Amino acid sequence: MHEFSLCEGIIDAVTTQTRQQGFSRVRRVWLEIGALANVELDALRFAFEVVRDNTIAATAELDIITLPGRAWCLNCAQAIAVGELYDPCPLCGGYQWRLTGGNEMRIKELEVE
Amino acid sequence: MCATCGCGESEPVAHSHSQAQDANHHHPGGPVHDHAHEPRRISLEQDILAKNAEFAAGNRRLFADRGMLVLNLVSSPGSGKTTLLVQTAQALRDAFPVMVIGGDQQTARDAERIRAAGVPAVQINTGKGCHLDAHGVGHALDQSLLAEGGVLFIENVGNLVCPADFDLGEAAKVVILSVTEGEDKPLKYPNMFAASRLMLLNKIDLLPHVDFDVDRCVDYARRVNPDLQILRLSARSGEGMAAWLDWVRAGQRNELSQHIDRLEADLAAARARLIHGGGEIRRTII
Repeated sequence: MHEFSLCEGIIDAVTTQTRQQGFSRVRRVWLEIGALANVELDALRFAFEVVRDNTIAATAELDIITLPGRAWCLNCAQAIAVGELYDPCPLCGGYQWRLTGGNEMRIKELEVE
Repeated sequence: MCATCGCGESEPVAHSHSQAQDANHHHPGGPVHDHAHEPRRISLEQDILAKNAEFAAGNRRLFADRGMLVLNLVSSPGSGKTTLLVQTAQALRDAFPVMVIGGDQQTARDAERIRAAGVPAVQINTGKGCHLDAHGVGHALDQSLLAEGGVLFIENVGNLVCPADFDLGEAAKVVILSVTEGEDKPLKYPNMFAASRLMLLNKIDLLPHVDFDVDRCVDYARRVNPDLQILRLSARSGEGMAAWLDWVRAGQRNELSQHIDRLEADLAAARARLIHGGGEIRRTII
């Protein structure tokens, strides 16, 4: 359940930014999470509801944007789509590929007032 | 549109800022307007783990300043991490300083076992926490754990999921899998095997007694991480330990030689400054 730690990081960053820019309430938080990132989205949503309590994000809604898994196959020398870290290349069936996207864990945007 | 803060207000109607905004926000000569209750979007584009990354970078500087090799040992509970560390510490402690940080939810039992092997060990109890983070490791780094040219092993909490995401400032993650576990763990917990540089397949003395297909396990691990180095060993019988100890020694020498390169570069830069700074001083020194 490191999703709690992740949410503490989210609330910390969100609180700092909101205060620095002179606002007092967070209405919505947009996250970008890669499809292959080491995060359980249900656990993240649950943890967010617990961790946001008694902060300026206490009523904030959480929007999660999932980013697709993308990789570069060294055999085929071209970009491919991957769904899991153990997927073979859909073109050559090999595993010699490097992830280029899909492991992101980013706070994208906030709506504040 | 408000040119001062870009808040989207276009009508010059009478409105006022909240107190917090007034403090650093002025519209000289113009009407003051209120956006305390108007929603506004702020773009952040910030990594969720940014703060941990900052602490990890701080730890990494401390290690680099001393030419230390730091390894983050990750595995399920019961893979034999502590036994492996005890054997490793005993084999290497006469060659260079060996130090250990042990992470567990409760008790100092692991640190006690490792101190009994004759090396400094500090226990971090994470309480309910499921992983070590860079901030906690930074706090644990007292002088007994920092030594020139030394090797620091960080024994993470037994957990194949959560520690994968948290950089502690280590040179590499080493994942330990024992043959009493399932051979398909690299597929079940791919993030950890993808994040590691070396996999130690431990307890191979038990292979005759268990249904564990080593080749299949290696194949699964390399599907997830084609660059993963793999060593087979038994910390208990000592079989395969020599290759692991050589791997650590090579890493220690590599960190130390990088440290020497940095020191030589600093020295060359200081000499250059001295020469450019004044011929008089240069003559007296040389």
